[in-house]
Amino acid sequence: MPKVIYLDNNATTAVAPEVREAMTPFLDTLYGNPSSIHTFGGQVARHVDDARAQVAELLGADPSEILFTSCGTESDNAAIRSALATQPDRHHIITSRVEHPAVLNLVRLLGTPGPGRTHYRVTELGVDAQGMMDLADLEKALDDDTALVSIMWANNETGVLFPVEEIGALCRRRGVLFHTDAVQAVGKLPIDLSKTPVDMLSLSGHKLHAPKGVGALYVRRGTRFSPFIVGGHQEHNRRGGTESVPLIVALGKAAELAKKNMRLEQTRVRALRDRLERGILASTPGAILNGHPTERLPNTTNISFEFVEGEAILLMLDQHGICASSGSACTSGSLEPSHVMRAMGVPFTAAHGSIRFSLSVYNTEDEIDKVLEVLPPIIRRLREISPFGRDKLAATK
Amino acid sequence: MWDYTEKVKEHFLHPRNTGEIPQPDLDATVGNITCGDALRLMVKLDKAGRIADAKFQTFGCASAIASSDALIELIKGKTLAEAERITNDDIAAYLGGLPEAKMHCSVMGMEALQKAIAQYRKQPFELEEEGRVVCRCFGVTDRLIEKVVREHNLHTVEEVTHYTKAGGGCGGCHREIEALIAKVHGQPPAKAAKPPARQAAMTNLQRINRIQEVIENEIRPLLQADGGDVDLVDVDGKNVQVAFRGHCAWCPVSDVTLKGAVQAKLRELVDGDIVVEDVGEHLTQA
Repeated sequence: MPKVIYLDNNATTAVAPEVREAMTPFLDTLYGNPSSIHTFGGQVARHVDDARAQVAELLGADPSEILFTSCGTESDNAAIRSALATQPDRHHIITSRVEHPAVLNLVRLLGTPGPGRTHYRVTELGVDAQGMMDLADLEKALDDDTALVSIMWANNETGVLFPVEEIGALCRRRGVLFHTDAVQAVGKLPIDLSKTPVDMLSLSGHKLHAPKGVGALYVRRGTRFSPFIVGGHQEHNRRGGTESVPLIVALGKAAELAKKNMRLEQTRVRALRDRLERGILASTPGAILNGHPTERLPNTTNISFEFVEGEAILLMLDQHGICASSGSACTSGSLEPSHVMRAMGVPFTAAHGSIRFSLSVYNTEDEIDKVLEVLPPIIRRLREISPFGRDKLAATK
Repeated sequence: MWDYTEKVKEHFLHPRNTGEIPQPDLDATVGNITCGDALRLMVKLDKAGRIADAKFQTFGCASAIASSDALIELIKGKTLAEAERITNDDIAAYLGGLPEAKMHCSVMGMEALQKAIAQYRKQPFELEEEGRVVCRCFGVTDRLIEKVVREHNLHTVEEVTHYTKAGGGCGGCHREIEALIAKVHGQPPAKAAKPPARQAAMTNLQRINRIQEVIENEIRPLLQADGGDVDLVDVDGKNVQVAFRGHCAWCPVSDVTLKGAVQAKLRELVDGDIVVEDVGEHLTQA
């Protein structure tokens, strides 16, 4: 098996060695329950508090505004359910068509009439061909019945950024709660919630070099909150269940590292991403960038290769140890291309052949150059096999 | 993720039979780029009527390419009468099996072969040209659905989707697929909800209310489940104007399918003379 070149960091990331080291004692000798009265257990609580402070620091928040969850999906579910539970007189939710399924499928469920549940009106805001939303659409959709606006900070497939500041300001003016799924943005972009009008924000540990199984939800002080998981008094009665101390400590350490590496994301990672993107677009005819060219995460590029199918590209890249992902039907778990590509109106000739590369601080220039070396022949080969597009692309070579 | 046999990987990475045959005796394409896979099969016959050479061009995933290559390995040297007995199971077996959700790739191989032979004999290709299109997203006929249900003893919509892709798009045909499954297995089809007795004289306001209700309670939930939506724009007598949103607006077949489906529902539940018009702005495909 060739050496792995991991360019799928929007799916998950490697656990940082520092993170692993920080969490190990809590799998080993420090196994106490932070809620215990005895010293052995109680000493662990301090480490949970430290982790809370580290996460708060990364977000420009107060530690009291952070609660730990099991994953980004739980954070999203908790935020949305809480917004609705605390405003029983409002029955309208606004979201975007390109949200992660953790938000979109929940909101669609809430918008589907069914026995024993409240029926909510749902507005899904569209995006343009570059994946950008129009604030005017949001302004039009807001009304007195709107309980919540839930719009992602950055899209996981394209990396396209949403105007969170403006959305937040608009929501605040209209007195509507604003939740943002920032799972892809946290750690890749500087975030300062002391200056950004966000009421709730979701993040996930394994997207920023902590292990899977831990996330956090930011709830701005003064925002009414109704717990999603009901149980003990943990997390100040906001999330029942014994704290996963090793994972929480890991997330804290990962947040500290992310803060330290923020400049690298904006410089080195961005430069590597740009090198990859420019190289592919220059060397491969019929390669099209999906998403806004600049309003994007520094680590993500999503490129469609016309007339070839994404799974086939991925499997050939896999032969070289290169890990990426695709929005093609065959890899989306359904028979249709990804909902993000569809919402952007990417033509069928390209949607099935979309490939996402997402980088991290651990990638190197050599790795990028290896991709630039092996990718063009793969696309050429698959186009030779394909019955489509040969005439069109022959002219461009 | 890569739940493929070594044989699938080998035929995907190193297909032996890809390319073009100049002036082939048989030449047929099934599938299309919209659906995510397509296979063009070209065959050259020798004087004795045996398959002397065959090539394929395939747009699709690894299992689609491997299935195409396997098909050709299986038909080479055979007469058309021998070749037409090859089933999708033979293709899958040759590859050491295919993941359940990829069985439609082997079915595509079988379809291409049968279509090529039918065209060569100037006969209609019954799986495509005869029968009624049930799944409009992927253009699958009742003939093909009944065939796979019978031959593979399928019992759920999901299984039918694995074999034919039918039902894997907007989901609007799931009930019809269930009815076909029941028909093949000799069960009485599930009873359709009985339409309420036609109301003799509805005032315009009553009609608008009723149309609104049906769209809200019967139609939108179905579309929304798949990321689409529809808005009622205007009602003018028996003319109902709607606008499709989301996935539905994007779907190239929404004009025929969704409009038809909405109209059928409104005719069933409100008024038999209703005409639905789609006034939404469709995204155009480049």
